[in-house]
Amino acid sequence: MSIGPSEHPNRAPGKVFADGMVAALRSVFFYVLLGNYVGIGALAYEFGFSLGWMVLSTLLVWAAPAQVILISTLGTATLVEVALAVTLSSVRFLPMVAALVPMLRREGGRQRDLLLPMHLTAISVWVEGMRLLPARPREQRVAFYNGLGVGLIMAAIIGSAIGFYLAARLPPLFAATLLFFTPLALLMSSARNSRTLLDGLAFGLGLVVGPIVAAQKIGLDLMWTGLIAGTIAYVVHRVREAKAKVTP
Amino acid sequence: MTFGMEPYLALILLGFLPSEIWRWLGIVLGRGLDEQSEIILWVRGVATALIAAVVARIVLIPPGALASVPLSVRLAAICGGFLAFLLIRRSAFAGVLAGEAVLIAGILAFGG
Repeated sequence: MSIGPSEHPNRAPGKVFADGMVAALRSVFFYVLLGNYVGIGALAYEFGFSLGWMVLSTLLVWAAPAQVILISTLGTATLVEVALAVTLSSVRFLPMVAALVPMLRREGGRQRDLLLPMHLTAISVWVEGMRLLPARPREQRVAFYNGLGVGLIMAAIIGSAIGFYLAARLPPLFAATLLFFTPLALLMSSARNSRTLLDGLAFGLGLVVGPIVAAQKIGLDLMWTGLIAGTIAYVVHRVREAKAKVTP
Repeated sequence: MTFGMEPYLALILLGFLPSEIWRWLGIVLGRGLDEQSEIILWVRGVATALIAAVVARIVLIPPGALASVPLSVRLAAICGGFLAFLLIRRSAFAGVLAGEAVLIAGILAFGG
């Protein structure tokens, strides 16, 4: 479905924001986030965090892998390891935001108007934004994107509250299935996003290298796994690219 | 919590700042960076491997109620889920559903 810019004449910013929220409700990501955050909410409960902390972590961090790292390592790993692991897991925002800025910028627009939309940027919001924004006139894009982001972040907050509530009341069998949702969802969404040999290889190697590094008990095992497995995958990718260029 | 910091302070210093910094840098760099540049490709590889390590950690060293489920059941569930994902048109939904089904069947058969 594509709507031409001409069909959105001079709408008030509030209306455009509401359009963005409606787009969030229609997005498949609304329901994916709801389910994924039920699992993360249950995880936070098991690790002894409060619901208020969980909600605030979604509002402030707004990155499922980073939140899972934070929740599952904060009690056991060193502070440096937690910070490094979260930093590395969120690097993807840099190229995503850099690609989005030109789409949201307009004549006479202020840099600080971009702070909120960029904070709301997560993989789901970004994918839907890149798909829907081109159909919007430039002056409506920031408000629309803000509505989209707020709508999707709400799905995550509702999901985490449900997960928190269920984990506290369900028998262990169901609590275990809720907790298992997180690794399954991370695995499937990574596998679906991996379009290149580099992505697939990095993930596969990470699964194998992770437990090996962890067994050495040298600390910082998430970071070392990322650096070792990610670099091997990158080198293999480079070698293949070079070969492909030599023999076209 | 084994550390002395308040969880909310930890959230801001170890969760908010380390992820927000990349969004700020992204605004500053704007379109200056190519998504296919070599440094971005390497960083993506590192980040992807790190997420895989998180998956392995939750399956092998699970929290709370999941810890009472036998390791063989956890491994069978994650592998079964991935197999279903590959077989059923790379559907994430099918993969998650199949993984959960294997987990529940395993718990019922071998205890949890």
